[in-house]
Amino acid sequence: MTLLHIEGLGINFGGLKAVDNVSFAAAAGQVTSVIGPNGAGKTTLFNMISGVYTPGSGRVALDGDNVTGIHPSQLARRGLSRTFQNLQIFQDMSVLDNALAGFHLSERGSVWGDMLSLPAARRRARDARDGAMKLLKRVRLDDLASEVAGNLSYGQLKRLEIARALGVGPRVLLLDEPAAGCNAVETEEIDTLIAELAASGIAVLLVEHDMKLVMRISHHVVVLDHGQMIAEGDPESVSQNPEVIKAYLGTEAVDNVAG
Amino acid sequence: MLTSKWVQLAVLAVLIAALPLLFPSGYYYRIGALIFVNALAVTGLVILVGWAGQISLGHAGFAGIGAYACALAPEHLGLHPVVAIVLGMVISAGLAALIGKPILRLKGYYLGVATLGFGILVTMVLTNERIWTGGPDGMSVAKLGLRELLRDMGVRVSGGVFWYWACGIVLLIGAWLALNLYNSATGRALRALHGSEVAASTIGIDVPRLKLQAFVISAVYASVAGSLLALQNGFITPDVAGFMHSIEIVTMAVLGGVGSVVGAILGAVILTLLPQVLTVFAEYEQLVLGAVMILVMIFLPRGLLPSIAARLKRKP
Ligand SMILES: Nc1ncnc2c1ncn2[C@@H]1O[C@H](COP(=O)(O)OP(=O)(O)O)[C@@H](O)[C@H]1O
Ligand SMILES: [Mg+2]
Repeated sequence: MTLLHIEGLGINFGGLKAVDNVSFAAAAGQVTSVIGPNGAGKTTLFNMISGVYTPGSGRVALDGDNVTGIHPSQLARRGLSRTFQNLQIFQDMSVLDNALAGFHLSERGSVWGDMLSLPAARRRARDARDGAMKLLKRVRLDDLASEVAGNLSYGQLKRLEIARALGVGPRVLLLDEPAAGCNAVETEEIDTLIAELAASGIAVLLVEHDMKLVMRISHHVVVLDHGQMIAEGDPESVSQNPEVIKAYLGTEAVDNVAG
Repeated sequence: MLTSKWVQLAVLAVLIAALPLLFPSGYYYRIGALIFVNALAVTGLVILVGWAGQISLGHAGFAGIGAYACALAPEHLGLHPVVAIVLGMVISAGLAALIGKPILRLKGYYLGVATLGFGILVTMVLTNERIWTGGPDGMSVAKLGLRELLRDMGVRVSGGVFWYWACGIVLLIGAWLALNLYNSATGRALRALHGSEVAASTIGIDVPRLKLQAFVISAVYASVAGSLLALQNGFITPDVAGFMHSIEIVTMAVLGGVGSVVGAILGAVILTLLPQVLTVFAEYEQLVLGAVMILVMIFLPRGLLPSIAARLKRKP
């Protein structure tokens, strides 16, 4: 079942067509990967889908509803959340508070209830806490729950962002280079986690530089180059596409794509 | 975290209760009450500045509204001073919601200048509307009446003692509300948007709405502080809303540690006591404030309390 429809999406930055006329769909329960060389427009595409940037042209539909240009907080309410390539962690907050923040929509009530610590507010806080601890366990950060987030390693913060995004209870999850800066063991774990998330019915949109990871877990691959979509298909066919190999020529990824 | 809230409140309660044992004279009750009033306003700033990361250089404007509500409403509307306090809170909240909406879109310096403008505006109105406010000479404020009520019940307390306990209790309530907020969905969302607005919005946090809530809450804290100040002094001038007062409470917050309620109270204690203890400073108050601000920024950018806590933690 396709959850997310992208149609002719594009944006210009002062004459530069960062993303131009990109169309594809992402289905529930599948990993849809967006690959392409540095500067191809992958992050920009994610920013438009998640409402961080307003698209210059085209349309984003979530579950059949047009959600183009809708604010990120509204999209979160509709079940779309994301992580960031350049970490956007709440550095001064504890690891647990970062994960708890992801539960904002289910935990929030009235300000009065919060200030007076009314029973209903306390109950919601307890539920959110249970949920957050479960997610932290899932990304193996439960031991660090009370640590200040700023003290964590890069790989740990990447996982914390995933936990926070999962707190929203997303139907569509956008992961922008979740394995960047992770060692082999951590990459393996993220690989397993993404596969599990997709298996649980989430439509996962993945940007990742590690081609081995992409080829292993993707159901569908979209290739961008200079803002243009140059190929689309299953991992097998995309990796043999001459256009794709040409786009990657001269970059280290070519070995991975070919092999 | 839950325990830490009660520990902080217990320490605060014990300090408020035990401090009078050290007072050499009745005069110190007055200083104590002044500290509590300042600490209340500073607690509001902790929510706005420390957690939500939004600066206000005009918060004394709301203190002015609270103060003049207590001066004007009993005289002209025949309201009981307690009702006048509530009226001040409502007006401050309404005004904060009204001006907060456009100006909280601004960031950093721009927000600082806009809030500064608001504070100046309130001071100007209070100074110019002589017929109502007595202008720069100020006006007298009717008595609260609670002390007389206590006397009729057989409890005789001096004005100083009464206001010490009254302000101490209000501060405790204010601190309790703030500490509840800290660990709630709202408090966490405020701290989150301080950390990253874009990340906060992608997890469903309505950033403009939450900023506005923080602004309104902190305005109400300042308003109550202004009301208590007016009632205990029995007299009020537009200085209560003035730029210096705004800077004073921001400096207290920054000195103690703008992220923590207890830190804020510590800042209020130090900067309220300083001019009292070292009377030589009274004349150079603004100079001392400026110097303190610069020194804290250089040596303890996170404020007294967090810096001390970090230093203690580092030692095994
Ligand atoms: N906010 C922006 N303003 C101007 N140019 C931008 C902005 N964001 C991205 N770009 C440009 O758009 C192009 C695509 O960037 P990006 O989406 O980050 O690529 P990728 O994620 O594929 O590496 C790059 O040339 C980049 O410099
Ligand atoms: Mg990128």
